[in-house]
Amino acid sequence: MSYNWNWGIFWELNPEGTGTYLDMLLMGLRWTLAAAALAAVIALVFGSIIGVIRTLQHRGLVLAGDAWVEFFRNIPLLVQLFLWYFVLPELLPKAAGMWLKTLPNASFWTGAIGVGLFMSSRVAEQVKAGIRSLPRGQSMAGTALGLTTAQTYRYVLLPMAFRIILPPLTSELLNTVKNTSVALTIGLMELTARTRAMQEYSFQVFEAFTAATLIYLALNATLTFLMRRLERAVSVPGYVTGK
Amino acid sequence: MFQFDFDIILKTLPYLLKEGMAFTLTLTALAAFGGLVLGTLLALMRLSTLPGLALAATGYVNLMRSLPLVLVIFWFYFLVPYIGQAILRTERPVEVGAFASALITFTLFEAAYFSEIMRAGIQSVPKGQLSAGYALGLNYRQVMSYVVVPQALRNMLPVILTQTIVLFQDTSLVYVISITDFLGAASKVAQRDGRLIEMYLFAALVYFLISFLASLLVRRLQARTAIIR
Repeated sequence: MSYNWNWGIFWELNPEGTGTYLDMLLMGLRWTLAAAALAAVIALVFGSIIGVIRTLQHRGLVLAGDAWVEFFRNIPLLVQLFLWYFVLPELLPKAAGMWLKTLPNASFWTGAIGVGLFMSSRVAEQVKAGIRSLPRGQSMAGTALGLTTAQTYRYVLLPMAFRIILPPLTSELLNTVKNTSVALTIGLMELTARTRAMQEYSFQVFEAFTAATLIYLALNATLTFLMRRLERAVSVPGYVTGK
Repeated sequence: MFQFDFDIILKTLPYLLKEGMAFTLTLTALAAFGGLVLGTLLALMRLSTLPGLALAATGYVNLMRSLPLVLVIFWFYFLVPYIGQAILRTERPVEVGAFASALITFTLFEAAYFSEIMRAGIQSVPKGQLSAGYALGLNYRQVMSYVVVPQALRNMLPVILTQTIVLFQDTSLVYVISITDFLGAASKVAQRDGRLIEMYLFAALVYFLISFLASLLVRRLQARTAIIR
């Protein structure tokens, strides 16, 4: 193979003046983590609300929930990010559009919120499936005890539903982390973007991509481990997820 | 207030469809087919009793599923020329066209996801089917290709099609290596004529309509096959 390997490249200084190439990748990792964290929170909050709404006995709300899910699920993430980043500021009133465009770290906020909303449709599907998987008697029992609908969800249905869907939620969390890489198209300098930059500066393609691959694998393993711990911590003895 | 310019869409529509959408759909179809074939082989490897095979397949699938597609696209974009060089024993890295590079990437990447679907499908076929096949005197290859895999494919058809819709949306990511797929074509026009709003909204609408209608069809198919079983 006519390729010059140079694994020492990570300890050489990068031309951006921000330390070594390794520092550059780790800086990217920090942006990936920050974007993924914000996106995960947004996905969980909106996904839970939409998921709950879709199980209610209210045609209008169910329809609105369905529309939300179909909208965010049927447009590619990349196109969604372009919509939020390039199109939305132009369609807003002038002042609001200007504010959006001049926002510091605009690509971070747009990227994280965009990925979060995209993932919210998937979380909503899981939450709905989790609530549906509970026996009908559970919500009836709640009503029979005199709980309001909100109380039934809060104290009876959701605590169990969330425990049931923890494993699929783990993989959605991992997907959220992976999807933040799409935000490089709107200029977010996260891990994949920094890897690409390192390759362009140093021409050490395979070292850079190997490092990024290992970092993503380590990140995946860590998150999976933490989520398994969480699953065990909240498991209810004798129930599906309990052991 | 902003004036929406429908003209630009009408004028560039032939280019968007013939150059862009044709690429996107061809890539989706070929990668789905290749991914399904390769994914089925990977699933069979994972379920085989040879520990080496199972381990290799599991490693490959888990590796692919842990990496962002964007990173994998870059990986293959740079790696494929060197692989070509190694296979063809040429002097320099082989120049691979944009389409071939994208097709190889998506086939290998999707194979990991299809293999998980096919693994579930193969495991959903009752054990008795396997035993019946062996009792009839079929060998492993015959049992798999005439008895188990056809049933697995049928059981998993809705999931396979749903994954293909995801693949269709994911092909838009070839944008990162400047390939003119549907989004790439829309983006080129958008930047050339300064018509970002029209082009991106139109692209979003087209992707939405195709994915939404396709998923409705999958749901109908699912309802029909559910009754038969």
